[in-house]
Formats: sequence, structure tokens, C-alpha cells
Amino acid sequence: MNLAAPLIGVTVPDAITFAGAAAMCLAGAFGVVLARNPVHNALFLVLTLFGVAVTFVEQDAQFLAAVQVIVYAGAIVVLFLFVIMLIGVDRAEVLARDPLRGQRPLAVVLGLMVLAEVLLLARSAWPVGQHSVAGPASGAGSNVAKLGRSVFTTYLLPFEVTSALLVIAVVGAVVLARRPPGAGHPEPPLEGGAEAHKVPEEVNR
Amino acid sequence: MSLAGGWYLTLGAAIFSIGAMGLLLRRNILVMFMCVELMLNAANLTFVTFARMLNDIGGQSLVFFVLVVAAAEVVVGLGIIVAIYRRRAAAPVGGDSGGGALRGSVDDLHSMEG
Repeated sequence: MNLAAPLIGVTVPDAITFAGAAAMCLAGAFGVVLARNPVHNALFLVLTLFGVAVTFVEQDAQFLAAVQVIVYAGAIVVLFLFVIMLIGVDRAEVLARDPLRGQRPLAVVLGLMVLAEVLLLARSAWPVGQHSVAGPASGAGSNVAKLGRSVFTTYLLPFEVTSALLVIAVVGAVVLARRPPGAGHPEPPLEGGAEAHKVPEEVNR
Repeated sequence: MSLAGGWYLTLGAAIFSIGAMGLLLRRNILVMFMCVELMLNAANLTFVTFARMLNDIGGQSLVFFVLVVAAAEVVVGLGIIVAIYRRRAAAPVGGDSGGGALRGSVDDLHSMEG
């Protein structure tokens, strides 16, 4: 096996950028798995997302890098942090007993098997498909223009379906997060009076 | 501009397997959800790498859709977690063993039955 083959045509700035991005991604990934405090897990996830965004920029997917930072790190992780703050940060996990006997060693073995299988598929010799099926990614024109043309012509139906999916997700989230009416806490009365100072008791649960 | 595709595919594979191991090892439901997001990011990285290697913008379009679906999934999943937590926190604390200390928290997915 020619060990120098992957390094042909690599310039020093490319190598430094990739090394930095890979370090961020892997440090963030290990941090998500190993940190104890859920807020730290969320922050390590942000580190991974930024690392992945750097690799997107390196591979001429600038729009996706911006969308990744804005949507993933700026909205999804914020949503995670809201829920973490809402439902408790200060409890430690009960790690003494496993639901399945020997789950932990089996999990490590299976994870390593997944890594071995995917690494087997990750060698550069595998992408033998037809090039530029949906349009060229490199070449003249901006990345946003090419991506937009592809989404709005070739992939228009999935685009419309995802817009419907987003509406469904919003409606579903509102329904799920809504307190059911009459579930044991009274509605705060509109006028003040004797019942107005009972409301804080219900809120501090 | 960038290294050979195999480097990025290996990085994606590593992130995916770390996420998979974290999903199997951790018990806090929110951390498990974050490991799922790690795996989705690894898949996105693989899509963009193949889009570059095959010179196909379709790979980047798919990342666009994966991002949208991941956002919708996180919204609904966190809504479910909040709903389960609220329902369990409102349940009266019974005399069962071992689960009393964890009532009202989302640690230990195992104790979220019923």
C-alpha cells in the first residue's frame, strides 16, 4: 500500500486547515459522548458543528457551511439548551446498572465494528458512480446559484415536501408542549384579588 | 483547495462511530439525542465529500434536505421529551423501589416507562 498516495497534491494550508477542522470535530465528538453536564455536551456539539462547517468550506460548499452554522449551531443546539435548562441539569446519570447485561462492553465492541466497516468503505477508490448527475458542483458560477438551481429544478418536489414537513413539525411541537387543559393547575384569573398570589405556587414546581 | 476525499470520509466515519458509541453508552435522553445529531453531521460530511469527488451538486442538495429533516426531528423529539417529563413529573410518587429518586428527571431512559 502506497502510504504517500493520499498526500499527493496537498499544500500546507490545506493540511493545516483539515487538521484543525478534524481536531475540532473529534474533540467535540468525544466531548459530547464523555461530558457529564448536559450543557457541556451541547457546547461540545457546537464545537463539532463548527468543525464540520470548516470542512464544508474546504470542499466548496460555502452555502452549506453558513446554513450549518445558522441552523444547526444557532437554532438546534439552542433548542437543546432550552430543553436542558427546562428539565434539569443537576442530576447525575445512574450508571450503576445496565438495562441489558453487558451493555457497555457490547456497545464499545459494536461501535468499533461500525468504525471498521465504515473505514473499509471510506477509501478513495469507492466513488465510481457517474459524475455530475444533478449538475456540476465545481466550475464557473457561485455555489449558491448552483445549489439553488438544483434545489428548485431537479429537487423541487422534495423541497415542497420538506416545507410541508416543517409545518407538521411546528404543529406537532406546539401540540406536544402544550399543557393539557384542566391538568391540575388553575388558570390565572384575569382580575387581581385573593387568587392572584396563588399562581406563583403552581409555577414553582 | 482540499485534500483527497478519503481523509474527509475517514473523519466522517470516525464522527459517526463516536456518535453511535455514545448513543449506546449514555443514558441521558438528551445526550443520546445529541449523539444522533453527531451521526447526522457525519452523514452530511460524507454527502459533501462525495459531491466534491463526483462533481455533483446533488450531494449538497441532499445535505440541505438532511438539515431540514434534522431540524424537524429535533423539534418533535424535544417536544416529546418535554411532554414525557411533564407527565412523569406530575405523576404521584409511588412506593416503587429504585425509581423514586429519578422521578421527574429524564436521566435513565429505562425509567421512562409508564
